[in-house]
Amino acid sequence: MIRRGGGSGWPWVLCAVLASLVVAAPVCVIFSSVFRSSGGEWSHLVDTRLAVYASNTVILSIGVCVTAGVIGVSTAWILANHRFPGSRILGWCQLLPLSVPAYLSAYTLSDLLQFSGPVQGWIRQTFDLQAGEYWFPQVRSLGGAIAVLSLALYPYVYFAARLAFLEQSRAALEASRMLGRGPVATFLLVGLPLARPAIIGGLMLVLMETVADFGAVDYLAVDTFATGIYRTCYALESPVAASQLSAVLLSALFTLLGLEWMLRRGRRYHRTGTRCFRREGARMRTRGQVLAFVTCLAPVIAGFAVPAGRLVQLAIEGGDERGPGVLSSLAIDTAWLSAIAAMIAVVLALVIGYAARVRRTAGTAIPSAIARAGYAIPGPVIALGLLAPLVWADHAINDLWTGMFGADGRPGLIFTGSVVALVLGYQARFLAVSLSFVRSGLARLHRNLDDAARTLGSGAGRSLFSIYLPLLRPSLLAAGLLVFVDVAKELPMTLMLRPFNFDTLAVRVYELASDERLEEASTAALLIVLIGMIPVVLLARQAEGGLESDAEVERR
Amino acid sequence: MHLIRVICVLAACLVPVWSAAAEEVVNVYSARHYDTDDALIKRFTEETGIKVNLIEGRSDTLLSRIEQEGELSPADVFITVDAGRLRIAEEKGVLQPTRSEILEARIPASLRHPDGLWFGLTQRARVIVASKDRVPADLTLDYEDLADPRWKGRLLIRSSSNIYNQSLVASLIENNGESGAEAWCRGVVANMARTPQGGDTDQIRAVAAGEGDVAVVNHYYLARLLNGKEADREVASKVRVIFPNQYGRGTHVNVCGAGVVKSAPNPGNAVKFIEFLASAPAQQRFAEGNQEYPAVEGIETSKTLRGFGPFKADALNAAKLGANNKQAVRTMDRAGWR
Repeated sequence: MIRRGGGSGWPWVLCAVLASLVVAAPVCVIFSSVFRSSGGEWSHLVDTRLAVYASNTVILSIGVCVTAGVIGVSTAWILANHRFPGSRILGWCQLLPLSVPAYLSAYTLSDLLQFSGPVQGWIRQTFDLQAGEYWFPQVRSLGGAIAVLSLALYPYVYFAARLAFLEQSRAALEASRMLGRGPVATFLLVGLPLARPAIIGGLMLVLMETVADFGAVDYLAVDTFATGIYRTCYALESPVAASQLSAVLLSALFTLLGLEWMLRRGRRYHRTGTRCFRREGARMRTRGQVLAFVTCLAPVIAGFAVPAGRLVQLAIEGGDERGPGVLSSLAIDTAWLSAIAAMIAVVLALVIGYAARVRRTAGTAIPSAIARAGYAIPGPVIALGLLAPLVWADHAINDLWTGMFGADGRPGLIFTGSVVALVLGYQARFLAVSLSFVRSGLARLHRNLDDAARTLGSGAGRSLFSIYLPLLRPSLLAAGLLVFVDVAKELPMTLMLRPFNFDTLAVRVYELASDERLEEASTAALLIVLIGMIPVVLLARQAEGGLESDAEVERR
Repeated sequence: MHLIRVICVLAACLVPVWSAAAEEVVNVYSARHYDTDDALIKRFTEETGIKVNLIEGRSDTLLSRIEQEGELSPADVFITVDAGRLRIAEEKGVLQPTRSEILEARIPASLRHPDGLWFGLTQRARVIVASKDRVPADLTLDYEDLADPRWKGRLLIRSSSNIYNQSLVASLIENNGESGAEAWCRGVVANMARTPQGGDTDQIRAVAAGEGDVAVVNHYYLARLLNGKEADREVASKVRVIFPNQYGRGTHVNVCGAGVVKSAPNPGNAVKFIEFLASAPAQQRFAEGNQEYPAVEGIETSKTLRGFGPFKADALNAAKLGANNKQAVRTMDRAGWR
């Protein structure tokens, strides 16, 4: 086989390696902390909190994966294979919970369901009951956290599973039915196994999001690694022990990620026949229709309608006292920060993705793998990993300046004093998102294109600008948009790395909510939900339009 | 070409971040985040023409940030809501001594550092809120009583990550020794009506709703409810306030204070800002707007606080609280206090 790109691709390799450094550097810093002394804090953690952090994180992850998996797969199966009144709209609606970040669900659901909240208050009043005379699930608990996160994250599984079910050959399913299997057996024995890689992909996303969640578990009084890292860093004042805690977590996450990649590599799932002819879907009896309708509607109500509705209600009743002026400036700050981060994420993803296409060697495959693994790193971990080297760099630059020109006019905190640190942190976490779009976009362009361009004398760089960029535009736009939204919703990293005099909507909501002023937080929270709905609409249109949008499924 | 254009756009976006240096400013790192403070800041800018750049956050995150930034820190003023943190800031060498006749005249010596490293602005009492229905009206309580098994399943208190609880335990370590404090923490954990969750207002609401009978909170949360909406006033009407340890050392108070940061680029403006916060209008605002006890003598407390009645405050030195803080966190960890 001819090596593509000949020997001229090395600048691309270099660029790809440099781009992947945003992910690799904080990880290396975190792991290097293992060799440092925490001054007894680590053993204190092992003696007191570590077991709680670990068991909570494990139970939470398993609970959320199982619950979100069941909800996501069942709704996907129903909506992919059956037609009933409202099924088209419901299919679209399943994505809506994605627009409500888990921490907002946590705020609103516990506001509604906690002991002193309206629901329990109504129960006590109506039935004349006192505390302890009736049973009601405790929202702020591990179980509550599992419920909240599952409702917020199941659309990832739904989306992946639905695409897989739709792409399944009708023939395989019909053969199963003709050979005497019932609908349930067909689902379990044929549909589910065929869709397994996609479902596992979706579940991995759910898992990563669960482990990385800070806002929801913090509010729901569940101590996981993410909150433990934050607490160790600040309350125990031990960034070293916090980094060591992070190293433990990262080892576990990377092992899981590696396992999943190996699993996927080892198997091939082949389709036969035409792949996406539109199916009418099986007709159902009335009882089945009602059951299907309720099954598909319930998670949307609990995951979207209730939290969003409560926010709307609170915003109308109270809203933010600071008024539209402050809010709009917050919204603008959030928007331009997200826009910058998204643009850079797209450029870096393009560099890494294109390099891997121009020159297929370990030098480009490894940066790509590193960047895709970034999604597994929770925000507080990235913040910890970035802070130390950036603080060091800031001081080094200023010392150098002072040495050469004197203390006057020295540049100050270039990285940690501006949004640069934050933007870098977002790259580490969300580069994987844009990269998955770029990769699937590139995969769709035939390699003959490269060869034709090369034959006509166009180098790799010129081909990129004159051929690939125009063709990739939809993918790049979608990539940028998703990163934009992810950044706008991001909480823990922003909390730790944001520069002086700078807040985002998410930070404002967090601060108000942790001060129990949910009513005031509701306005900013609603803005976040609105921003979050942009990609939902986009994805829904894409899913309607065709089945090629596996980028979101692969997003990691 | 495209790339160049993109880079230009990015550069243009980043410029505003660095270009804010020309005018008169004071950079404030504040652990207070109350919207009533916004009005104060606006007023300061109107009076002096000095622009206030504010970063809000938790005391501990802000402090670690100033430390990291070192001599390059843009921070001029550090405001925290807890004397323990002021003391830690002092120990870490983050603050600089300040001489101000205005501040020395207005703020009593007990509420400021002898060398002017920091100045107390307001005080907040960590009180016990009790159900009117289920706790006898004449009952007096000490913090120590809360570890008594008779409160089993009746006590509400927030997480040990909270600075007010850390300070309270730090004061208990000072008064009863580390093992005494640990025993207390274990008793408290055993008595909790629920896993620590939410903030202080949440605890008050839970007492009112009947989830527990007593809660440990900062006094102004109750005062705010008393001045809130109708639903809030109803919650507040179901509870009463108990100032603990009135027959002993007195109720634990948190001092909210401000200090000039060592590396302050605008130390003059920093002093002006703190002086402004100690001025009569600002102190009145703290008292009325946020229901705190003003540090400056002669400023009247709010009507609600006068309703709470006078109380004896623990005179424990802030230095002790700061020195014990880390121990306090570890003690609560060992007791399994979330």
